[in-house]
Amino acid sequence: MSSYILRRMVLLIPVLIGVAIIVFSMVRLLPGDPAVAMAGVHATPEYIAQVRANLGLDEPIHVQFGVFIRRLIRGDLGISTRTNRPAVVEIWPRFLNTLSLTFISLIIASFFGILVGVISATRPYSLLDNVTMVFSLFGVAAPVFWLGLILMLIFSVRLGWLPSSGMGTPQHFVLPAVTLAAHSTALIARMTRSSMLEVLNMDYIVTARSKGLMERVVVVKHALRNALIPIVTILGLRFGMLLGGAVLTETVFSWPGVGRLMVDSILARDYPVVQGSVLLLALLFVLINLFVDILYAFLDPQIQYG
Amino acid sequence: MHFFRSKAFRQLKKNRLAIAGIIFILALFVVAALAPYIAPYNPYQTDFFRTLEGPSSQHLLGTDDLGRDVLSRIIHGARISITIGFISVAIGLAVGVPIGAISGYYGGKIDILVQRLVDIMMAFPGMLLAIIIVSVMGVGLVNAMIAVGIVSIPTYIRLVRGSVLSIKNNEFVEAAKALGVRESKIIFKHVLPHCLAPIIVQSSLQVGAAILWAAGLGFLGLGAQAPIPEWGAMLSQGRGYIRTAHHVTTYPGLAIMLTVLGFNLFGDGLRDALDPKMSRD
Repeated sequence: MSSYILRRMVLLIPVLIGVAIIVFSMVRLLPGDPAVAMAGVHATPEYIAQVRANLGLDEPIHVQFGVFIRRLIRGDLGISTRTNRPAVVEIWPRFLNTLSLTFISLIIASFFGILVGVISATRPYSLLDNVTMVFSLFGVAAPVFWLGLILMLIFSVRLGWLPSSGMGTPQHFVLPAVTLAAHSTALIARMTRSSMLEVLNMDYIVTARSKGLMERVVVVKHALRNALIPIVTILGLRFGMLLGGAVLTETVFSWPGVGRLMVDSILARDYPVVQGSVLLLALLFVLINLFVDILYAFLDPQIQYG
Repeated sequence: MHFFRSKAFRQLKKNRLAIAGIIFILALFVVAALAPYIAPYNPYQTDFFRTLEGPSSQHLLGTDDLGRDVLSRIIHGARISITIGFISVAIGLAVGVPIGAISGYYGGKIDILVQRLVDIMMAFPGMLLAIIIVSVMGVGLVNAMIAVGIVSIPTYIRLVRGSVLSIKNNEFVEAAKALGVRESKIIFKHVLPHCLAPIIVQSSLQVGAAILWAAGLGFLGLGAQAPIPEWGAMLSQGRGYIRTAHHVTTYPGLAIMLTVLGFNLFGDGLRDALDPKMSRD
């Protein structure tokens, strides 16, 4: 077990180096002069020269990469060309906003997805099961930004129940979090249903029933625990989808998150902020996947990791 | 054709949801092909006296902020969405299938290298990777298509590698080797045809996913630019008027959802018919 975790962490090293190389190359692959890209199009020639010296753009590429990594370790992501403040200062508070939105969505999606999936599996082909099936098909196909606009139209424009944009109160979380969670809820519900159906046919479930256990105990304690294993593996992937969806959801609801910041920075050619946002989001995703893999190893006693 | 008499096709015909998906996809193709003839108006024709009008007998789905007919724009948008879906899948297939096949067939150092590269690409959530690529290549419809195609490459590599691994130790591959058949011929003529089922299923689902992602890029302002009638970009232009004229956003979104649903239903049906082991429900 511990050797599995260790091996999994060693495999992380090339991935992290790869992520750093991609973020490092982003600016250097841009058409034109990377110093101009980093300094901003309206920068003075003196400032551009300063940025060039600062990035070491006249040095060989591996020296530049060394400088880049050393700065990263110190938490230095460069200076935003739009605000002239350190990129970290711009990114960090917005990163936390994205994090809270994503985690709340993940909790909503896991809770309702598993709940609905279990109920559907215990009554297959019932009305509820069919309704769930239809909703999950549409939930997977609906673009998240469109769903957000429709929910906004119904619950804030027409009914006036919830705020349509910004953040501050708990009510502000409802629409963005539900919007973001919809797609994942649908997939988790489908996954839970099929996984539960498979487990419910196992011999040990028949045994549990025949020894007179309450149906609820059979379903929750015996079936769900085993059905959870494949569900947990997709949660890691879901998290990546949620981070991607967060970019769109933040745009719909004017949520001050890092996704929206990143898109605005791309359109304004503020590359230090783009690089920093990409790096933080990728890092988060990699760590979540590591956590899910370890959780998976804990949950599944059948598999030996050598 | 051989396929139409196969067991898989009979299986597919029995799946009503998959049939519904196929019918919708075919209808979409017809609409896209005949767009200039069936669209009631020119999708670029502005009319500043009739902006943001609700649905009426003259404009069935209303007009947008520049007075353009929403229905005509959606009809022409079908061409763009279909192109996006197929071009990006073609990119994913053209790059992912050969790399996955070589990685799985030869194994060893090449395989390890490819797998680490795939790990790195997969360290980015798909949408984020697409955004990164667009930010380097520049904003626009063509670059968005390419970006979405590149994002699908690692999925194809993993899929094909796995299938090749399970096939390459079969006796007929050994026999071909013993007969001295060239390795490239073994891979493409003998091994890959046995991996077709999962590749076809994945591609059908990938068309839907690509349309959804490209629409997302369009919505963010990183994909198709005005005045192109791409559905995601239309939604983005209309969302400022959600309080007064929601039809400008509602209908393009509906078009995206139904199209993606069509390809998903078809893909799910294909998976159940071709590859019962992969079936999820």
